[in-house]
Amino acid sequence: MSTNRHKKRLGKEQLERIIDLCHSLEGRSLDPFLVDIDNVLSIIHKYFPEWKNPEELCLDAEAVHQIASAIKLQSEWIKHRSTSLYTDPFLIEDKLRKLPKEEIGTIFLKSWHPVVELEQISPASLEEAIKYWKSLVPLDERWQELGGLHVETGTATREELLKQQIIAEKEFSKELEKFWEELKQKAMGKDKIEYWDFVGTETYEETVRRAYMTSFLVTYGYATLEVDRLEEIIYIIPFKTPIPMPEAKQAVSLPISITIEDWKNWKERVKN
Amino acid sequence: MRKKTFYATQLKHATHMLFFKHHRKPGVKGWELRKRLGSDYPKILALLNRHLEKLDLQVKTVFEEEKPSEKPTGAQLDKARFYITLSGTLTPKETKMMGWRIDDIAGLAITISTIIAKKGKVAREEVKQLLRDKLPGWRVDFSLDRYIRAGYIDQDEKGQLYLDWRTRAEIDEKTLIDLLVAK
Repeated sequence: MSTNRHKKRLGKEQLERIIDLCHSLEGRSLDPFLVDIDNVLSIIHKYFPEWKNPEELCLDAEAVHQIASAIKLQSEWIKHRSTSLYTDPFLIEDKLRKLPKEEIGTIFLKSWHPVVELEQISPASLEEAIKYWKSLVPLDERWQELGGLHVETGTATREELLKQQIIAEKEFSKELEKFWEELKQKAMGKDKIEYWDFVGTETYEETVRRAYMTSFLVTYGYATLEVDRLEEIIYIIPFKTPIPMPEAKQAVSLPISITIEDWKNWKERVKN
Repeated sequence: MRKKTFYATQLKHATHMLFFKHHRKPGVKGWELRKRLGSDYPKILALLNRHLEKLDLQVKTVFEEEKPSEKPTGAQLDKARFYITLSGTLTPKETKMMGWRIDDIAGLAITISTIIAKKGKVAREEVKQLLRDKLPGWRVDFSLDRYIRAGYIDQDEKGQLYLDWRTRAEIDEKTLIDLLVAK
């Protein structure tokens, strides 16, 4: 009895694996010949007598459906390879990476024959425009509707500006220097520190504030960022002394998203 | 004489139909031309083509499926779409005047050639990776959206990019790939 149950469970896992594999072919543009059709069909055939309830039979049908899609992809693959347009995708990618954009543009212009098109107004759209124009309220009436709140001019106190967060309590540059010292402390012994390990804190609000401050550290030359594109990790490297950015060098912006999900993920990672 | 007048009139009709946009997309379907110009419309288009050649323009036929290897049938022509395109090519200066910077052109070339190389379909993320090598980060999504709006590419609900009508009408795909490989 338990052997039967074990066999069923194994069969379900195999079917789910087949479905996932076929799905990934389409989603990730993989080589469809990665799926050995004979082999997967024999697996489906082997477990078919085990399936009794509708749920199991649906899973079996889904696997067969996915295999049919994989076969279709294989046929398209062969068709494409037999056309004169087929070139090794890696070769094209390599060329695109190596060639400067000016040269890629020049090549493109040699194969580009733009369509000539003239746009004109039709009687129907003209009629529509007249209707719209006639229904428009005169400008002076529209401005009346918008109105506006009349506020008397006056002066604001330092406390009011602080409350509205227009000015900071501490002087910004002093705060930035303090923050830089903290970065150097944390990176002590290593030359860099992972971005999230530096900006991440217990609360989301504080994390955003630290990310904001870090952006100034980088902009004002107190630190720099290093991106490991393979691992998708960003590091901060503190400088011993601030390095002003040479005027001639073009600045590169690096947007870093600090969403609540990113912060939750980081917290989860730290816990583990 | 009457025959000459007939062809001159039909030539004008064909010019009006092909140069002016009647639908959301430019171009005219074969069956629309047949309805207006009669079943002899391929002959009128050939005549128009001869006139356009002098102006560096041409009548471009884009078949619904792959270009037939032999003479196209009436049904294939009816389903095809006809456009007036430039016969020659543009210089970088001219494209700039049309509102296409070298960044835009290079980005479009990268996008289209990647899609062709990957059998006509590729994940948007994959194209973005390639574009980031050549364009400033903020321009990548902006450029892809522009190519979609212009009709060069389209995107499905799974985030896969594929070629759209304008690429088929304007780009000589084989020349593009051959020139890239030859570099």
